[in-house]
Amino acid sequence: MASDTHQLDTLRGEWLGRIGAAADLPALETERVAALGKQGAVTQLLKTLGAMTPEQRQTEGPRIHALREAVTEALAARKAALEAAELDRRLATETLDMTLPVDTGAQGTIHPVSQVMDELAEIFSDLGFSVATGPEIEDDWHNFTALNIPESHPARAMHDTFYFEQGETAGPAGAGAEGDRRMLLRTHTSPVQIRLMQRQELPIYAIMPGRTYRSDSDATHTPMFHQVEGLVIDRGITLGHLKWTLETFLTAFFERDDIVLRMRPSYFPFTEPSAEVDVGYHMEKGRRVLGGTEKWMELLGSGMVHPKVIANCGLDPDEWQGFAFGCGIDRLAMLKYGMDDLRAFFDGDIRWLRHYGFSALDVPTLSGGVGA
Amino acid sequence: MKFTLSWLKEHLDTDAGVEQIVETLTAVGLEVEGVENPADRLRPFVVAEVLTAAPHPQADKLQVLSVDAGTGEAIQVVCGAPNARAGLKGVFGAPGAYVPGSDLTLKVAAIRGVESRGMMCSIRELELGDAHEGIIELAADAPVGASFADYAGLDDPVIDVAITPNRQDAMGVHGIARDLAAAGLGTLRPVQVPDIVGTFPCPIEIRTDDPEGCPAFYGRVIKRVRNGPSPDWLQQRLKAAGQRPISALVDMTNYIMLSYGRPLHVYDLAKLKGALVARRACDGEEMLALNGKTYRLDETMTVIADDRGVHDIGGIMGGEHSGVTDATTDIVIECAYFDPAHIARTGQKLALTSDARSRFERGVDPCFLDEGLALATAMALELAGGEASEPILAGEPPRAERIVTYRPERCAELAGVDVEEDRQAEILGRLGFVVSRGQPWEIRVPSWRRDVDGAADIVEEVARIHGFDKVPSTPLRRAPGVARPTATPEQKLERSVRRTAASRGLNEAVTWSFISEAEAEPFGGSAWVLANPISEDMKAMRPSLLPGLLAAARRNLARGAEGIRLFEVGRRYLGASEHPTLGLVLAGTRSGRHWRTGKVQPFDAFDAKAEAIALLAAAGAPVENLQVLGDAAGIYHPGRSGRLALGPKNVLAEFGALHPRLLRAFDIEGPVVAAEVYLDAVPPRRGSGHRRSAYAPPALQAVKRDFAFVVAEDLPADRLVRAVRGADKAAIAAVGLFDVFAGPGIGEGLKSIAVEVTLQPAERSFTEEELKAISERIIAAARKLGATLRA
Repeated sequence: MASDTHQLDTLRGEWLGRIGAAADLPALETERVAALGKQGAVTQLLKTLGAMTPEQRQTEGPRIHALREAVTEALAARKAALEAAELDRRLATETLDMTLPVDTGAQGTIHPVSQVMDELAEIFSDLGFSVATGPEIEDDWHNFTALNIPESHPARAMHDTFYFEQGETAGPAGAGAEGDRRMLLRTHTSPVQIRLMQRQELPIYAIMPGRTYRSDSDATHTPMFHQVEGLVIDRGITLGHLKWTLETFLTAFFERDDIVLRMRPSYFPFTEPSAEVDVGYHMEKGRRVLGGTEKWMELLGSGMVHPKVIANCGLDPDEWQGFAFGCGIDRLAMLKYGMDDLRAFFDGDIRWLRHYGFSALDVPTLSGGVGA
Repeated sequence: MKFTLSWLKEHLDTDAGVEQIVETLTAVGLEVEGVENPADRLRPFVVAEVLTAAPHPQADKLQVLSVDAGTGEAIQVVCGAPNARAGLKGVFGAPGAYVPGSDLTLKVAAIRGVESRGMMCSIRELELGDAHEGIIELAADAPVGASFADYAGLDDPVIDVAITPNRQDAMGVHGIARDLAAAGLGTLRPVQVPDIVGTFPCPIEIRTDDPEGCPAFYGRVIKRVRNGPSPDWLQQRLKAAGQRPISALVDMTNYIMLSYGRPLHVYDLAKLKGALVARRACDGEEMLALNGKTYRLDETMTVIADDRGVHDIGGIMGGEHSGVTDATTDIVIECAYFDPAHIARTGQKLALTSDARSRFERGVDPCFLDEGLALATAMALELAGGEASEPILAGEPPRAERIVTYRPERCAELAGVDVEEDRQAEILGRLGFVVSRGQPWEIRVPSWRRDVDGAADIVEEVARIHGFDKVPSTPLRRAPGVARPTATPEQKLERSVRRTAASRGLNEAVTWSFISEAEAEPFGGSAWVLANPISEDMKAMRPSLLPGLLAAARRNLARGAEGIRLFEVGRRYLGASEHPTLGLVLAGTRSGRHWRTGKVQPFDAFDAKAEAIALLAAAGAPVENLQVLGDAAGIYHPGRSGRLALGPKNVLAEFGALHPRLLRAFDIEGPVVAAEVYLDAVPPRRGSGHRRSAYAPPALQAVKRDFAFVVAEDLPADRLVRAVRGADKAAIAAVGLFDVFAGPGIGEGLKSIAVEVTLQPAERSFTEEELKAISERIIAAARKLGATLRA
């Protein structure tokens, strides 16, 4: 039996038509069975090959196989199309209102004071300074006497010191007279200088940030505030090194190249010579912005460590000398980030904390710029 | 310290203008806090003459004046002053002038129907004094049309300088002039000390019985003085300096003090009885001081007294009783030297400040007593007349010479600025140092510079006058390569817990280190209580971070905040030391109303536990070994709190719901949960270097089995989990608790706990027999706790 080409083409057209018309997957399955099932039309056609002569098979075989392949492909294509359509239909029923609000979790923050302390540590570590700490409950000797502020010194009155009822006997004893052991809240971070020098691990390149206390409370003063002390004790250190260190630090901290410092002679009992440092600023939209030399504001106190202070710590002032400076951290934060109310720093108002705080991942780095 | 430009120029011969003077003052360390010229606001006012004065047609008390203000035309002014009259010379302000004393700007106005084109001013209207009875009357020769400020000598800028405590010498105009002269701004005019020969012996005995507190007491008497108001020029200067003029003799003492830094006191001789003696006060002795207050004295204090009692708290404040008045005829002038340390102690004890104290406690010039007394005597005679006695010079001020050895290279070594030797010597010489340029230099310190006693001080003198702006910025030596790490393990730990807390949604707060004693009490009280707190709320050093955080939480709740998650990293102040701690408080709602979760969810104790464990993990604590001990401190809910510990003695954290009683004390509507992590209790991280142990993932798939046990209701779940875990340490990799249930079907007093056990085969898979054996061991371990396997 010789099936002619025409007949096979008709058959192919018929099957492709039926497959294409299958409305859903069950219908398509019915067509598959009808075409390719054991009793299917195409299967039957294939079976005729066995009864053919080799010559017939040579001409008929490829044609019948081609038919089967075409039908198989058509079935697969139709199946994919029906499945896609089915998925589309299902998805169409699954629509959600994507404008509904979601909960992104609570927004945690780092306090500006901590952030600035981390910035300071980062900048100064690049200059080779480590970070040192000391007790906040201090004795009189470390806070005053060792720093060349004896009992009757007028500078003491300027410190508005908080003293403890517990008085002279409790707590770690300092060196020296009985009055030196009176316990107080440190009025500056300078006693950490003393403790550091007393360790006699030289040279010293350190900053000392921390809480400090003075009995003072008004719009611009709080009884607790934060200071950072800087101390270098080495051979051959001069006031010029202090100037450079402060310029370098403030340029990096404020991330401005137009920071200009002005050193003025001043007086601190623990430094000689002593210098008050002003920084130039200008006004932008009613707010102070550091940079330039239009106006000046006092920023920090500094000087060459007094030889008596060095000697008080058991070091030889003829061999070792260096500089120290002290600066308000809260003030640095306010100038850099634009807060204007110091009291708000310590209120714990979550609105303020979220407004001025920093993300946990805003870790200050030198490569990213210390200002997160 | 305030003074005027003209006053300064009496001590400094200079052509410099006020701007240059101000700049130089600040540059040499005498910081100018302000400059104000009273003439600035008097610029619009001129000398004018009243040409005619006629009654106002509509008002009895007003006059219509015609005024010549030098403009070439007569100006009509309506004036209410009773002394306004033709021929009077006064001060005129034209329309547009701002009248400071009335705070108004003049304009052309009709007063009761008559036009007025300006104003004749009173003393008060120009803020020159209180007088307001009439308009200012100037001398007949006052030049019409001239600036009033110029004419009256008011064009004299007032300079306000902040004097650092080391510079007593600059607490007088002369000392300030000396610094300016040293800085090249002119020549210091030497003090002209008059030589006043007494015409009679001093009629009162003057002596010091307290050579320690008052080493020298000089004095003399002036008889037949006529006290009264001091002249205008003196009153003007004192006012500019912020002093209230009192009387010629008192003003004289203040003027000498402000000019030379030399405090003085004047007594009314008639009110003294017997000798005038510097001595220690007796305990309990009292004196009514010039400020109207009575001071109770003790034997550490030096006073000036006579037979009747104390007349002066030596060097600090005089007494009311013996002060001079307008009726005084004979006076004693005191010029003494008081020991600075004594003055400071007495002043601190009495909480009494005065201009004299601030000078004496900084140390006045001990070599200026004769001069001070002579200047005072001369000025008293000039102002009040009379006849001076011979002086009495009792005691001896500490006049010992002070020599500092100095190498001129020190300036470059310490200040970093190389100043030529000649220039150094010149600067020092101008400041009054006597330099002997040997090897090394020997420098005699002037008697008025008590603050200078070493080479570093000399460097400062040279550098400040030479100019700190000339100090070159010098880079520190810098180690080559990348900066080395500097943070200590403690610092790194604090940083990581702080940032972990923030990453978990907590807001970092900084609260006061001091709290009230009442707030400290539930936390075991404070070991450190301030003797002089700023308020009762800031008196006790906190034994815990929670009171400060709770107070902050309360303020936030009062503002309507809902989810409050606050933490702080800071110190607790206990008896022996200060402990770094992380405290956290969760208050209000964990999650608000939301379409996905429905109702508001409050925080519970497990939230606090989660934070505590997460933070301990960040701190590097071995959290898998942590035990939960019951009974956190009494501030917590007894049944809903715990301690996280490594062994019974090593508590790393406490957490839980806060006790309702505590919340009531803090005025907070609960519930609030909290935790404290004791950072210094966290064991240091072990291991060294960066290398981790080798990673070897198990080759075989783990097997999971679930077990449900029925246990006594009060059995802590952790005990069951630990027991299961310990049943076969080799095979059991993890035990996870996934269900707790009590209720119907379980039995009274019982609960069901379901755990998922992860079994990890090592070299080969478990056989059925092995799995069965492990299960039996697990069930047996649980049975020891009274647990039965749930069917």
